[in-house]
Amino acid sequence: MLTYLRRSAAQVVFVLLGIALINFFLLHLAPGDAAQVLAGESGAATPEYMEALRRQFGLDQPLYVQFLRYLGNLVTFDLGYSFRQSLPVSELILQRLPATLLLMGTAIGFALVAGCALGFLAARRAGKLTDTVISIVALLFYATPVFWVGIMLIVVFSVMLDWLPVGGMTSVEANLSGLALVGDVALHLVLPAVTLGLFYLAIYARLMRAAMLEVYGQDFVRTARAKGVRPRRIAWRHVLRNALLPIVTTLGVQLGSILGGAVLVETVFSWPGLGRLAFAALFQRDLNLLLGILFCSSVVVVLVNIAVDLVYTLLDPRIELN
Amino acid sequence: MSPSVPNEPVLAVDGLSIGFQNRHGLLPAVRELSFSVKSGEMLAIVGESGCGKSLTALALLGLIPPPGRVTGGTVRLEGRDLLALDEAALRRVRGARIAMIFQEPMTALNPVLTVGEQIMEAILEHETVSRKAARERTLALLERVRIPDPERRFAEYPHRLSGGMRQRVMIAMALAGAPAVLVADEPTTALDVTIQAQILSLIDELRREQGTAVVFITHDLGVVSRYVDRVLVMYAGRKVEERDTRDLFADPLHPYTRGLIAAQPRAGAGAAGAVRERLAEIPGTVPALAAMPAGCAFAPRCPLADARCAQAVPPPRRAGSGLVACHHAGETHAL
Repeated sequence: MLTYLRRSAAQVVFVLLGIALINFFLLHLAPGDAAQVLAGESGAATPEYMEALRRQFGLDQPLYVQFLRYLGNLVTFDLGYSFRQSLPVSELILQRLPATLLLMGTAIGFALVAGCALGFLAARRAGKLTDTVISIVALLFYATPVFWVGIMLIVVFSVMLDWLPVGGMTSVEANLSGLALVGDVALHLVLPAVTLGLFYLAIYARLMRAAMLEVYGQDFVRTARAKGVRPRRIAWRHVLRNALLPIVTTLGVQLGSILGGAVLVETVFSWPGLGRLAFAALFQRDLNLLLGILFCSSVVVVLVNIAVDLVYTLLDPRIELN
Repeated sequence: MSPSVPNEPVLAVDGLSIGFQNRHGLLPAVRELSFSVKSGEMLAIVGESGCGKSLTALALLGLIPPPGRVTGGTVRLEGRDLLALDEAALRRVRGARIAMIFQEPMTALNPVLTVGEQIMEAILEHETVSRKAARERTLALLERVRIPDPERRFAEYPHRLSGGMRQRVMIAMALAGAPAVLVADEPTTALDVTIQAQILSLIDELRREQGTAVVFITHDLGVVSRYVDRVLVMYAGRKVEERDTRDLFADPLHPYTRGLIAAQPRAGAGAAGAVRERLAEIPGTVPALAAMPAGCAFAPRCPLADARCAQAVPPPRRAGSGLVACHHAGETHAL
């Protein structure tokens, strides 16, 4: 276990280095730089002003110098300065991170629990009406664009029924604190989390159903039946645990996209998260901010991968870490 | 041969028919199969792949996977017709009064549960005993099937065990409820030859000590000949011969049985390396379910077949210690 963690730590360093390199050069491949964008937005700029801007931001330095400087800063967790937002990138990210983690965590948590439950039910009733209904509904959620579901949910639950807020994370007018604030955020969270969750739910439900049915066909399930184990116990103890492995794999992949995956939903629900920040950074050519967000996403992906490996070993004794 | 054999058979199968339902109708896979076993007796059901022997084994526990289903007959276990029981009642019989071990010990155990948990489950699902008591009994069972260091093996996962050890675990699991009948579906096929012999003598020993009736499914007549009391030969879903083991080997009556025996490698033959005797083989293959001949299913491969064989299915006839279903049963010596 410790050996494994030590080895993965070494891998993490290399992976992150590689990611930093790729991030940096990919973004530099795009024509134009922040100085041009700033100048363009102010309407007019003299070449001297552009030059000054570039010098100020270090954009006049050769690429490798810029990259080495970037790396040096990464080591000290200094992600640079967003010239567009006039704030340090790390501060911007930390501001937005909790909102995104809350939204994605809730959405994926909801999708995982409800999706697995539905898939489990569908597999146990395979071929029956329950199964058909669940499969059709899952397919429907899977096929419907996320933003459309979001808008429809707003129309129904916010506009027509007026049960839930239209968007944002907190009510602007009220200055709440403590439990009231938690309740307020929770209320704001429902629609975006459900919108995002429904899509993932469909994936988990379909995956769970397929995985369960596959496990049901395996020899050890027949063994369990031959020794007179109750069907319910077979489903929970023998089939479910083996069916969870593909679910964990998918979960790992999806958690990897946690920071950027919510752009559409964050936009539709004006949720103050990282997705929208990244989106804005992309269009404003806010290189430092974009690099910071990409780098944070990479860190999350790498960490999630390690976590998934650990969960595997808990679920499947055949997989050993060393 | 066996200790204290009561006269009533503990398992009596009568007219068992199994078929596969498909769009075009019902394809019969096992037809009108009857046999019985007494306590402590070991019966081998022998035949080539696809003759319906594994299907028969599964039918004894009501475990036939769809689209297969039992289409007729009775399976009486200790006087009770298992085919008439509902799923809940059947579940209480499985693992308690009739147990089964399978061909592939590699895949027949759940990879994510420890060996001990899986054996304990067989006890806890049928009896209200404490986990501690179940654990004690599981350890005793592991010892019983001669697994060294039971305490350690109890907590181990199946992938840590060899094939032979896993099959021992399967046997321990099957014995957990002290069943009256043990169905063994090719339990040694996937194992090394030396391990095969160990598993076979373990099963043999257990049935002698506990009086368990054993139905041993195999395609390998030679493997079981030393252990079983009687042999039932199946061909294309039907019983073609059923005899006491000694009689069967001394004087096989059905041409198919003769073919099977001739196809066995003989101990010593060619062992010196001088002359390697070519094994006899039965020409042709088992007919497909959908293309069963009208008469005797073996006729297309049989050296003795004539017009009568092609027209009428031969009825089982008494022959010494058993039964044979062949129009030419008396003439097979001419083969």
